[in-house]
Amino acid sequence: MTLSATRPSIRVTDLRKTYQVPEREGGLRAAAGSILRRTSRSVPAVAGISFEVEPGEIVGFLGPNGAGKTTTLKMLSGLLYPTSGEATALGHVPWRREPDFLRRMTLIMGQRNQLAWDIPVVDSFELNRAIYGVPRDEYAERLKELVELLELGDLVRKPVRNLSLGERMKCEVAGSLLHRPEVLFLDEPTIGLDVTMQRRIRAFIAEYNARTGATTLLTSHYMADVEALCRRVIVIHHGVLLYDGDLAGLVERFSPRKTISIDLEAGQKPPDAGWLAELAGGPDAVVQHSAERLTLRVLRSETAAVTTRLLATLSVRDLVVEEPPIDEVIDLVFAAGPGSDVESERAGATR
Amino acid sequence: MTLRLGRLPAVYAAKFRAEIALQVAYRGALVIWLLGLLIEPIVYLVVWTTVARGQGGQVGGFAAGDFAAYFTILMIVNQLTFTWHFHFFEWRVRNGFFSPMLLRPVHPIHNDVAENLTFKMLTFTVVGPVALFLLATFGATLHPEPWHLIAFVPTLVLAMVLRFLLEWTLALAAFWITRTVALNQAYYVAVLFLSGQVAPLSLFPPAVQAVASVLPFRWMVAFPVETVLGRLAPGEVLAGFGAQLGWIIVSLVLMRVIWRAGIRRYSAVGA
Repeated sequence: MTLSATRPSIRVTDLRKTYQVPEREGGLRAAAGSILRRTSRSVPAVAGISFEVEPGEIVGFLGPNGAGKTTTLKMLSGLLYPTSGEATALGHVPWRREPDFLRRMTLIMGQRNQLAWDIPVVDSFELNRAIYGVPRDEYAERLKELVELLELGDLVRKPVRNLSLGERMKCEVAGSLLHRPEVLFLDEPTIGLDVTMQRRIRAFIAEYNARTGATTLLTSHYMADVEALCRRVIVIHHGVLLYDGDLAGLVERFSPRKTISIDLEAGQKPPDAGWLAELAGGPDAVVQHSAERLTLRVLRSETAAVTTRLLATLSVRDLVVEEPPIDEVIDLVFAAGPGSDVESERAGATR
Repeated sequence: MTLRLGRLPAVYAAKFRAEIALQVAYRGALVIWLLGLLIEPIVYLVVWTTVARGQGGQVGGFAAGDFAAYFTILMIVNQLTFTWHFHFFEWRVRNGFFSPMLLRPVHPIHNDVAENLTFKMLTFTVVGPVALFLLATFGATLHPEPWHLIAFVPTLVLAMVLRFLLEWTLALAAFWITRTVALNQAYYVAVLFLSGQVAPLSLFPPAVQAVASVLPFRWMVAFPVETVLGRLAPGEVLAGFGAQLGWIIVSLVLMRVIWRAGIRRYSAVGA
């Protein structure tokens, strides 16, 4: 590694990107009108975000569709010029696309491939070898390692068009890492893949990071990816940074409630609905209520007290206290949007 | 420029190998392209030799055998100089295929140069023999002096460079315009008439000839043909070299300026 451990790999300061989008109403009349008069609208895709990523970190970049995640990754990898703001990656301004920068990073897009469609995968790899100037012996070694880690086997000798989506994605990932990049931008690397394949790619990314210490910025719609790989997450919505910190903190901050699930001993009288609602903090907080099972959503600060009272009052067979699923937390974050106080009563009662 | 001369030969060598594999994989398409390339000049050849015979043997200093020679050599020159990026750039930009090329530490033009040269090498194995066959079948009159042949090589190479640079630069319009088809069509018509593909430029009215000599089109196609057929005096050939070099410099400057501006506008859609 040539990186010094003290300097961030990626530094972003007030980065913005505004797209000019042509705009007109539907219909013939509007179409005719637009021949003479074009109108366009400014759409801020990224509206001033700042963050830093330390060498070796894996950071999850979360946000709903259109939040500005991909636009940010494209700017950081050098594909797009920003409208304003600054960024450096590996000490380079990405959009200058200096060879020294391009040789040390990679952008993998789950929905886009760079391998030539009609020739065997190794032929495309060989081209990458030449482009990135990887010495032959190192190339052979890395290829062997990647084939092993990703379980590529004979796939690399087949033309890309004969591969399944998952197989192709594995080959894409291998091809993008032959030059051993120090920074990885992964945009939806597991999109459209089955669970097994997702898990394999995920494990591979973790392994690559552990072996090479590469800095990784990852977007994904699959929370499993993020939970498995990223200690730190950055949440953006409408181009604005909503949260930057560890995953556990995100849950704590945006989901003020925990779930208490209780299996009741058979043969007792079901608890009174009014009493339960009062205990849990409102009728909405009682998610499930039957003779055998209770599920309550309780404010974080009340969890201990409520649990104690439940145990004192009812005969309980089993009791579990859980954080809400991360997917739900993310939903809450996005529903709340920038600037609003998520820690409201509403938040706990959305389900 | 993301260009490092030291590594370029290795990149080209690898690209050639990959391209040959790729284009052989598309051999059906390759044959159809080739047919298109061959048929057009053969049609002109047949039409003009017929016209010449009908006119009592000559049209504007061209006898039937001269037309046969002109259009056969033209076919070779056109095959070696033509490019298709003007046509495909828009598709590439619209569908995001340009993005991976931009992220490699080698300028995307090298990909296209290598692709172009590979296609030319592969198709020339057919175009060459076909040209010989046409020369013989149509009784072409071709008696070049040694200096015509020697001068032909640099005029041809410069024509290839010029046409590639100019058309690649024009293709960059796709960064601004989402539909470059109209522009491409207008350009194609200009090339067809002003580069000597429909008829030798000397058959056009003097005004058209003057325009053709000022614009780059003649220097991309007709000039090497006229040179090898011995229709130009040494002074004219030298002036032609000057015109070719001048337009190459103009194209290079334009390319650099337009590339820089275009890349700032690139919105990496669909990618």
